[in-house]
Amino acid sequence: MKVLKYPRIGEQLFHKVLDNGLNVFICPKPEHAKSYAFFATNYGGMDTRFCLNGQWHDTPAGVAHFLEHKMFDTEDGNALQDLASNGASPNAFTSNGITGYYFESTEKFEENLRILLRFVSVPWFTAESVDKEQGIIAQEIRMIEDNPEWQVYMNLMEGLYQNHPARISVAGTVESISHITDKTLYDCHRTFYTPENMVLCVAGDVEPERVCAIADEILPKQGSGKVERDYGETEPAAVAQRRVETKMEVSTPIFQYACKMPPVSRGPETLRMQLLGDLAAQALVGQSSPLYASLYEQGLINREFDCGCEMYPGCVFLYAGGESRDPAAVAEQIAGEAARLAREGIDEQLWQRLKKAAYGSRVRGLNSFETICVGQAQSFFDGAQALTFPEMFDTITREDGQALLAKWGQADRTTLSVVWPKEGTV
Amino acid sequence: MSQVIRTELFPGVNLTAVHTGKFKSNYFGAALVTGLSRDTAAENALLPWVLRRGSAGCPDMQTVSSRLDKLYGGAIEPSVTKKGEMQCLCFSASFLDDAYAPEGEQLLEPALSLLSELLLHPRTEDGIFCREYVEGERANLIDRIRAQKNDKRQYSMMRLGQEMCRYEAFGIDKYGDEASAAAITPDSLWKRYQTLLTTAQVELFYCGSAEPERVQQAFKTAFADLPVNPDREQPECELRITAPEQPNFVEEALDVGQGKLAMGLRTDGIGVWDEEYPALMLLNAVFGGTSMSKLFMNVREKLSLCYFASSTLEKFKGLMLVSSGIEFEKFEQARDEILTQLDACRRGEISDEELEGARRIVCTALHTLTDSQGRMSDYWLGQAAAGITETPEQLARRLERVTKEQVVAVAGRMHLDTIYFLKGKEAAQ
Repeated sequence: MKVLKYPRIGEQLFHKVLDNGLNVFICPKPEHAKSYAFFATNYGGMDTRFCLNGQWHDTPAGVAHFLEHKMFDTEDGNALQDLASNGASPNAFTSNGITGYYFESTEKFEENLRILLRFVSVPWFTAESVDKEQGIIAQEIRMIEDNPEWQVYMNLMEGLYQNHPARISVAGTVESISHITDKTLYDCHRTFYTPENMVLCVAGDVEPERVCAIADEILPKQGSGKVERDYGETEPAAVAQRRVETKMEVSTPIFQYACKMPPVSRGPETLRMQLLGDLAAQALVGQSSPLYASLYEQGLINREFDCGCEMYPGCVFLYAGGESRDPAAVAEQIAGEAARLAREGIDEQLWQRLKKAAYGSRVRGLNSFETICVGQAQSFFDGAQALTFPEMFDTITREDGQALLAKWGQADRTTLSVVWPKEGTV
Repeated sequence: MSQVIRTELFPGVNLTAVHTGKFKSNYFGAALVTGLSRDTAAENALLPWVLRRGSAGCPDMQTVSSRLDKLYGGAIEPSVTKKGEMQCLCFSASFLDDAYAPEGEQLLEPALSLLSELLLHPRTEDGIFCREYVEGERANLIDRIRAQKNDKRQYSMMRLGQEMCRYEAFGIDKYGDEASAAAITPDSLWKRYQTLLTTAQVELFYCGSAEPERVQQAFKTAFADLPVNPDREQPECELRITAPEQPNFVEEALDVGQGKLAMGLRTDGIGVWDEEYPALMLLNAVFGGTSMSKLFMNVREKLSLCYFASSTLEKFKGLMLVSSGIEFEKFEQARDEILTQLDACRRGEISDEELEGARRIVCTALHTLTDSQGRMSDYWLGQAAAGITETPEQLARRLERVTKEQVVAVAGRMHLDTIYFLKGKEAAQ
């Protein structure tokens, strides 16, 4: 077992690759009451086209998420209840890029870990159970469709991307999931839930050797090999639509304004891009930027306003959004400021302060086991090491930020998505 | 191991400090606690956001942000919470622990000084709050009040509380109402601020690695300018115990795709202060508080009547509230099934697995609370507002001793008071 040390932030990770190809990372935290385990596959809403046994498969939108729901079913019942009866709080999520299952518990950690590893690695679906889940997920889809934040985000993605599958909703639609059968789920599980395509991250008062021994004991001795997937045609630099608008039952207009950036290939560069993207967004319109103060004073944004950088394999974009009575005015001022910074450069003192702030916030974020484990899993899939952020910050310059913001000045790279109130709602 | 120390720094001004080295940050809380009232709720709610705009020393947001950045990206966030019928006006702050400051700087004292400066020394104009800040934040408050409609689940629960407790302070929203918010002026808010500084209970919180002496000294210094008042407020809650003979029914139509059914029950006066409180916690967990509860297993999983169905306790008010998301036409079926599950609890149809599972979940939640600075801060603010000193561990020990009979007895005391149903506009026609 290897020990990865991160002295600047007082962390260490134990790392082992099991014989079946699974990477395991353990972060010992002896002073905490709880332990946390996160078991994830490099498979998300974007992965609808893949190769299994030499044959390409196209699956309906929403399969990864549907599969996540059904994985909790076991031959004897439901793993959710098994974990809950030990006092563990289990849950799972599916994002564009990954599906993760996790629990936190204060008692019977080893037993809980066994349950987690078993239910995620042993599929158990029947035609009836798939049929029933269609009703439950259809309800979930209707619920998120009522959520204006979700709508404004999905519309943004559809506006930004012409081909990239990040433009498809992770949950799919009521229509798309109606085509899912138990066979679809088995195929996807066989393809993506193989140890080489997964990672296990644990934090808490645990013995690293024990975690690996349990994973060795429960998981299949051999995986089904490397995953081949297809994200479709190359994404052009220009957006699909510069403006996407809709109306919903909201009180104030909500918006997301984003700029599509060139994608970054797998490797440490992904971490660098994430840190740089966040810094550039902060320099442009973060809380200590001159533009933020001005927008706030004009009453155009409030404290819900947020900005940053979001990344998935094959896609990177900087975004800024929140509530505003005049989203177009906010977007216009952001574009103007990006162009100014691209011309004149970012203020040196502001940049140094932002780096200090970003470092401190990242370190504070490590209070959360979820941040440690999910961050580690995500960056492992991306070919980077999340906890090397202090060293990575050292390599990022003000000129890097300036170059990135120059892209925001190019109108065909940006999309503004707005959800307007319906008439009579205010 | 962590150590909790509660000190009265000045009369009516208390500090709860949790000393532990397991976090990477120092966490500070500062709250003014006062009784909820229709006349003052909106003004009170506006205050933290106006104060956050700027102080005498950092007159605008950009200057505040720049100070925060220099302290390695510290955060100071305003908020308003409701604990039963008490309104808490809060600042929560998180700063890097000194141990991780790259140049060995001390961050605790400057961080705390910035926090108290925002709370006690606002930027003024002609001796009162700046007009620009009050007007800007008043518009934001009104937006926030209106925006509560955006999250339909939260909105349905808020509406349930309003309808059910229309004659009680609990029915008042934590942000107050729009008309009162619109009437606030820099002058009226300044007067309100002066009154609160002098009369409200002040609850301070710390969690981090610094030594108790250093922490107490730093807080005493930072908050030395609070007005001295030996009789600060001790707000109370009314635990109305009777539900109407026939439950109230309220229905509302909005343009939504999924219905929300919310149901409010009275606990017969059982609240956080009572001997029966642990039994009530267990009842709530068995009934609807967990993913193995009766509501989850039956209403959601077995009958597929809804996407979610759960219950929560208002421990400072003696309420158990059910929240569910359903298809419009399943309203009656879902309502009846939810009540059927409560009846099962009353009849003692609770298996050992259900009871023990519920107990493990509730106890685990109490133990893991000590792993989160934010949750500890919220827990201790609630305890302080309620005048209780029980630690999460002590409460967990009481939970371990609750019997099934006690849970069943408590179930028998739950009475349905109000049903609220949010339906779609089409269904209304």
